[in-house]
Amino acid sequence: MSAAHPFGFLDEHAKKEVRRSVLKAVAIPGYQVPYSSREMPMGRGFGTGGLQLTLSLLGKGETLKVIDQGSDDSVNAVSLRNFIEMTCEGIHTTTRTEAADLLQSRHRIPERPLREDQLIVLQVPYPDPLVIVEPSENKRKLMHGEADYSRLLVKLYEDIVKFDEITISHRYPTRINDHYVIDPSPIPRWDVPKLNHSKALILLGAGREKKIYAVPPYTKAEPLAFEDVPFRVEDFTNEAGHRRACQRCGCNSSFLDEFIDSSTGEKVFQCSDTDWCNTIMCGGASLSSDSDTNPDVKNKEVANG
Amino acid sequence: MDKVLEVAKLSKVYGQGCPSCYELTGPQHNTNLCFRCGSIVAAHDVSFDLYKGEILGIMGESGSGKSTAVKCLYFDEPPTAGQATFFDDDKRYDLFALNAAQQRRLANHRFGMVYQNPHLGLNFDISAGGNIAERLLMSDMDNYARIRHQATRLLSRTEVLPERMDELPKTFSGGMQQRVQIAKALSTNPPLLFLDEVSTGLDLSVQAAILDLILEIQQEMGTAMIVVTHDLGVIRLLTGRTLVMKYGRVIESGLTDQILEDPQHAYTQRLVASAL
Repeated sequence: MSAAHPFGFLDEHAKKEVRRSVLKAVAIPGYQVPYSSREMPMGRGFGTGGLQLTLSLLGKGETLKVIDQGSDDSVNAVSLRNFIEMTCEGIHTTTRTEAADLLQSRHRIPERPLREDQLIVLQVPYPDPLVIVEPSENKRKLMHGEADYSRLLVKLYEDIVKFDEITISHRYPTRINDHYVIDPSPIPRWDVPKLNHSKALILLGAGREKKIYAVPPYTKAEPLAFEDVPFRVEDFTNEAGHRRACQRCGCNSSFLDEFIDSSTGEKVFQCSDTDWCNTIMCGGASLSSDSDTNPDVKNKEVANG
Repeated sequence: MDKVLEVAKLSKVYGQGCPSCYELTGPQHNTNLCFRCGSIVAAHDVSFDLYKGEILGIMGESGSGKSTAVKCLYFDEPPTAGQATFFDDDKRYDLFALNAAQQRRLANHRFGMVYQNPHLGLNFDISAGGNIAERLLMSDMDNYARIRHQATRLLSRTEVLPERMDELPKTFSGGMQQRVQIAKALSTNPPLLFLDEVSTGLDLSVQAAILDLILEIQQEMGTAMIVVTHDLGVIRLLTGRTLVMKYGRVIESGLTDQILEDPQHAYTQRLVASAL
């Protein structure tokens, strides 16, 4: 394979074009930069946008982690990781968040806060948050240009009228740097606050829709809400009023997946982020090697462990 | 008296236009279609002033260009030529020199529009309250409780039951849809309101109630209004001054009483004489 393809599968011109688009996306936070989006040897919608970003940005000797819904071993993550290993000779892969230089993720941001020297690429199916209120792309572009998001807010208003709360569970429209509103890819609400003043650069790539956009480090990211009906994340409190904990590692501060135990038929909860879960299981053993993490986080992790 | 709007030589041509468009059309030629280039001169040389709290009527048969003139002023259509100046307290805006964002901002904050067809003015996929919320959100109000309160107040003012504010406008009668439209237009307390055939197509009692409401609003808030209609009754009841348009030109203008009692132009005479 390596003989037939250049490093990173894409040719140098394609990679250069993606990098140029990334520069523009970083320079205009939240703006959807159009790019050519090459054909990849997999269907559009399988993370080709994120994959092209990763292939254009990853260099020899760097370490990659691929996540699918928080997990390293679900199908999309495994396929993408195999493909990247096959086409990028000399890179390393890991499942440990803190060991990765570049993370490509489908629909989750890791629980462990990212560092300034890390970069996360999110796979995006629908880049434009306005698509639910305006079918014409021309009009949407005008609305973005004029920061006219009142019709999105009307959607929130109607939600509160009907259900007494905002019911968007994922793809929560988020205003970047006080202007452009982005669709932050289908991350749960839980992950939206992590966009705000993130230390790591966050890049979002939509392969089918041919758009790249970014939340640069230390940039304001503010979920749309009303002054008196603020944004809130998922509530994991159980009937008894206690915060549910992961049945595997016992962590009670992470985003939990709910599923039915096939042997007992009971409803159980488990960390969605498998690396986080493993770290807590090991009593946070890997933390000591990690001198960069912020002390607050370490304390939190130790407390949890 | 404070001037609100000054319109000078407003023209709108649909089509490519040619140098002789204006000469070959108009009431003297009985057409607004230029036979040389096939363009339609929807309005030409429309000039008027509007003062605070005044209601100006624009009257004419269908196709006379009355709605086109108003659509240009509300930025629904770009004009071909002409100038319009909007005076807002001590600020003045040259309407057609503003960029799209400034125009949208002005239309949302300082103008209101009520269309003949509620489908143009309202979004039928969201509730009546949501329609009013949309305009309030456009003018940067971001407090849910205050939006709710304001929408309730406006709907009760326009005599729509506040209990029905969370229903979709398509479940409303025509008169109620029109009231919701008026409430939406009034939500930002605009100093200038455009009313395009508001009462056309409604039955007489509902028409009378809507016209009453408009007069009350004008008395209460001192809103300046431009009323476009072909209905002489509406002109007589609402307006102080009137323009009469035919084939895109203003053929007569003046005090409404004068025009209706002593019309000068042959067309106006026929119009007044044919009124029931």
